[in-house]
Amino acid sequence: MESIQSARRIMTGNEAVAAGVKLANVKIVSAYPITPQTTIVEKLAEMVANGELDAKFIEVESEHSAMSSVIASELTGVRSFTASSSHGILYMHEALHWAAGMRVPVVMSVVNRAIGPPWSIWGEQTDTFNQRDTGWIQIYCESNQESMDSIILGYKIGENKRVLLPVMNMLDAFTLSHTSEPVELRDQKTSMEYLGDLDLDARIDFSNPMGYGSLVPPDGPFMEMKKDMRDSMYKATGMIKKEIDNFNETFNAELPGVTENFMMEDADYALITAGAISSTAKYTVRKLRERGQKVGLIRIYFYRPFPGEDVLRAAKGLKGLGVVERNLSFGQRGPMFEDVVSSLYGRVDVPVRNYVVGLGGRDIRVKDYELMFENLTEGDNEMEWVNVKVK
Amino acid sequence: MPMLPIAYEPSISKVMSSWRTSKPIIDYSKCTRCSICWKFCPDVAINLVTDTSLTAPNERFKALEAPVIDYNYCKGCGICAEECPFDAITMEREEE
Repeated sequence: MESIQSARRIMTGNEAVAAGVKLANVKIVSAYPITPQTTIVEKLAEMVANGELDAKFIEVESEHSAMSSVIASELTGVRSFTASSSHGILYMHEALHWAAGMRVPVVMSVVNRAIGPPWSIWGEQTDTFNQRDTGWIQIYCESNQESMDSIILGYKIGENKRVLLPVMNMLDAFTLSHTSEPVELRDQKTSMEYLGDLDLDARIDFSNPMGYGSLVPPDGPFMEMKKDMRDSMYKATGMIKKEIDNFNETFNAELPGVTENFMMEDADYALITAGAISSTAKYTVRKLRERGQKVGLIRIYFYRPFPGEDVLRAAKGLKGLGVVERNLSFGQRGPMFEDVVSSLYGRVDVPVRNYVVGLGGRDIRVKDYELMFENLTEGDNEMEWVNVKVK
Repeated sequence: MPMLPIAYEPSISKVMSSWRTSKPIIDYSKCTRCSICWKFCPDVAINLVTDTSLTAPNERFKALEAPVIDYNYCKGCGICAEECPFDAITMEREEE
């Protein structure tokens, strides 16, 4: 076997994503360069300008146009990328449905930031939890290494002909995006061989013109296409697991499965988290384990398709489970809580609690996690606010 | 292979004449070929064609492009009849 060249670099999450884009042989980058945009596209623009990345950079006038232009460029048969954040994602919302509905496997990185008002640029995941119903595969990263690897993995999964859906790759604002960590830079040649060329069956072809996203009447294939899309997403979990194994073997990487079970083997109580807040939770689990408490953590790596079966398997035998949400849905409990409870419903009898943490960039401290673990033993399934200054 | 929202047949092949409840009729003896109806038609259902066999207010107008309504796509909104400065277009109720 050919030896895999690798190099460790100190990189911010944003730089790691930009490096991932280069590794994935992306030919078009389109973005709107204003707040809340991040240095991801700044870095990419620099790479295109100095010839490091053989791609075209399209500067558009809005996030809506950024998404629209990558849908079109991807349909011509070249790998395309964009990135955004918080309000930018909200402005893109319509085009997100179009990307998924047109079955265009683009990858987008999203730096998770709060949504105003009041105005905030700090970390929280409401912006992308809001987009969970758009038909995009969602990946929540815990480290800068994952942020880079998930770009390459994202193209591989999205472009699979049984899936053919766009992929959203999330990293927490500042905690990952602007924080430097050692990252193992993957080998360019290995990565390009792993991904191969983008092969779309219905790319724009002047000798065989087609209409994309045309009008269909109620008895047309509208419902059928939506069902097909839903099935493609829902059944993708098995293929994603295999692809993660394949990725880990090819790059000597250490991506978790669709979920990561941390000290779950004999756990009585556990929390579920997504994203970079999981690292503090793991630290707390280790600390409580040293005190002899049987606690563990389930980390959601793929949020869509929701890994319900994996959560169910991990939750079996628990005495209490807490879903930690760094996002907010009004008028109901948290979206991840709903997902977890519906996965467990009628199959295991585990009390599930719901916590809201870290909105608007508020720190989630070890003592907050300790409190959440303590509260698992009592209380109902109402949403509980952690470290909040009002009753 | 997923179902893709792709059409190989152009939408121009779809005939929408059944959407109409009344149809515009052009009285070419009043039509000065000003093309205002063509500009206002929201559905691009009016074509401009040179046809000397059509009548006209006088012989000189016959050399100009005259509006011809494509009833396959006209939805009978009546904007052309409303906008025609010479009252050359009338809306006629269609039965069935």
